[in-house]
Amino acid sequence: MLKIEPRPQPSKQMAYLSPLIAVGLTLVTGVIFSLLVGLNPLSAFHAFFISPIDDLYGLGELGVKAAPLMLIAVGLAIGFRSNVWNIGAEGQLTFGAICGGGLALYFYEVESAWILPIMILGGAVGGMLWASIPAFLRTRFNTNEILVSLMLNYVAILLLSYLVHDPWRDPDGFNFPESRLFSDSALLPVVLEGTRLHLGIIIALIAVVLGWIFVRKSFVGYQMQVAGLADLAALYAGFKRKRMVWIGLLVGGGAAGIAGLCEVAGPIGQLLPSVSPGYGYAAIIVAFVGRLHPIGILLASLLMSLLYLGGESAQMDLGLPSAITGVFQGVLLFYLLGADLFINFRVKITKTVATRSVGEVAS
Amino acid sequence: MTETMVGILLATLGAGTPLVFAALGELVTEKSGVLNLGVEGMMIVGAVCGFAVAAESENLWLGVVMSVFAGAGMALLFGILTLTFQANQVAAGLALTIFGIGLSAYIGLDYTSVALTGIQQIHVPVLSDIPVIGPLIFSLDPLLYLSFVAFGAITYFLYKTKTGLLLRAVGESPESAVSLGYPVIAIRYMAVLFGGAMAGLGGAYLALVYTPLWVEAMTAGRGWIALALVVFSTWRPARVMVGAYLFGGVTIIQFHVQGFGVDIPSQLLSMLPYLATIVVLVLISRDINTIRLNAPASLGKAYHPSV
Repeated sequence: MLKIEPRPQPSKQMAYLSPLIAVGLTLVTGVIFSLLVGLNPLSAFHAFFISPIDDLYGLGELGVKAAPLMLIAVGLAIGFRSNVWNIGAEGQLTFGAICGGGLALYFYEVESAWILPIMILGGAVGGMLWASIPAFLRTRFNTNEILVSLMLNYVAILLLSYLVHDPWRDPDGFNFPESRLFSDSALLPVVLEGTRLHLGIIIALIAVVLGWIFVRKSFVGYQMQVAGLADLAALYAGFKRKRMVWIGLLVGGGAAGIAGLCEVAGPIGQLLPSVSPGYGYAAIIVAFVGRLHPIGILLASLLMSLLYLGGESAQMDLGLPSAITGVFQGVLLFYLLGADLFINFRVKITKTVATRSVGEVAS
Repeated sequence: MTETMVGILLATLGAGTPLVFAALGELVTEKSGVLNLGVEGMMIVGAVCGFAVAAESENLWLGVVMSVFAGAGMALLFGILTLTFQANQVAAGLALTIFGIGLSAYIGLDYTSVALTGIQQIHVPVLSDIPVIGPLIFSLDPLLYLSFVAFGAITYFLYKTKTGLLLRAVGESPESAVSLGYPVIAIRYMAVLFGGAMAGLGGAYLALVYTPLWVEAMTAGRGWIALALVVFSTWRPARVMVGAYLFGGVTIIQFHVQGFGVDIPSQLLSMLPYLATIVVLVLISRDINTIRLNAPASLGKAYHPSV
């Protein structure tokens, strides 16, 4: 008989193994799925994971999509570690894009090397402003930050839609709901010739390093981790819960805001009604699959980026809808959460009926 | 004038009903101590499955049944993760929503341009001819009547039956319930499945009565608003109803404001339900004791029998 019992101590190996198990199981699910819909699993695998990145341009695209995921997830992880649940990254990304992109439109006539830094700052401030709403309501009125940050996603997207439909619409754009194309000095430079890989990837990598320093070396990072693991212990040690809520949300919001700016000043080059294919939500998965650790997040963001690219290429090569990406993102997180059981619990094989646990006797 | 008012009230009822189903279901789930943030995902999978089956079989009621099973099936996934595998309920709920939105877009691809005649109202003979209350009470669609029945049944179940008391006890203190010999995990599974089935019904109402169409991401945050309604109601069914119709009203106002000659861009009006959600959440959680005294004590905490 199989019995699940708590481990005396959480297993470190399992903590690292469980994302790998989850990826493996997701692949197995993919094979079963392709058999069910009548595809050759090998060609499906090839279309999904090999053909999108078999040339330099494809590798560049991997980085283009990994950059926002990495940046947002590193920011979110800092909040998640201390149980601050910011799921409003999609809105913070959008508002960052609005603020930073708005600056690009405002300085449309100006040619200067200062425009980009100002836009990036604008993106960060925008994201932080948007995140400060749930932070303020949580700390001042005890309002659930999950629901508030989520509601604000819809509000930000509607605001962007309004702006590009009306006040910021391109005057020469044949009434399409789009802003002007940004001027050259408001566009992020490409860092790898022959690809679309832009400065955003450098910013994201810097964020990974900063995130690592924050988690490992800073006292605030330590306080926040303790607060996440044991609320009472943190309270006893005098760590201020409110400050952690603020830090968690502002860091996540700032990162998401910069990511949003990098999208509109990078691959998109203007403001559109939609500036993100759900990066803000996918980054939540990236943060978890990466074990809330910057290095893990780096790897997980590449994987998740590949899932996006694979979805696009499966649409072209196999005629599968790109919605399949969302399905497998969810499946991956399901398996991860399931596999995480074995960090704190282990399976024990017991000799049938004779041994009964206390719980079973009681019932 | 009365006709316009009756029209607005009817539209409010219609807009509120998906929220009634989803929020009442989540209320029961939360009363057992489980926080399922996947309402949006369960609702949208319920909507698409119901619509697809109704379109294929040309039987609307088969579609409704399918929605219920689809919602419960999604909830079962959540239950396995959180109750059997002890996963973090917040993370698992988010996963359920992300998965549900992706899955529904995939299932719904062939149905985006399909037109269906939705479930029609029942006109009670004679009574439906009475002015004002006739159209408002005696000629509604059957699912709306079902939502009233569900409200009554859930209130009765929670507060007047022994099983309902047990469910609430499990939500307050699973440790005491288990020491009295009650199967905590099994009871929580039931509550989670019920919540999923109700979210599925909410989805069915959207796709088969309210619109009736399938559009990608058509729930548009209603699952999340339902979650907020449960907090707003301080876990009381009657207040869930009030809250749901209040939100139905807010949704409907946006269609009428422009009709009254007020020139506000439609996107800004569409923000209203989301902003209203934030406002009511702030109002209700302002006093920390309101939440602390009313929320099920073990809400959101994993429970393992052998710990």
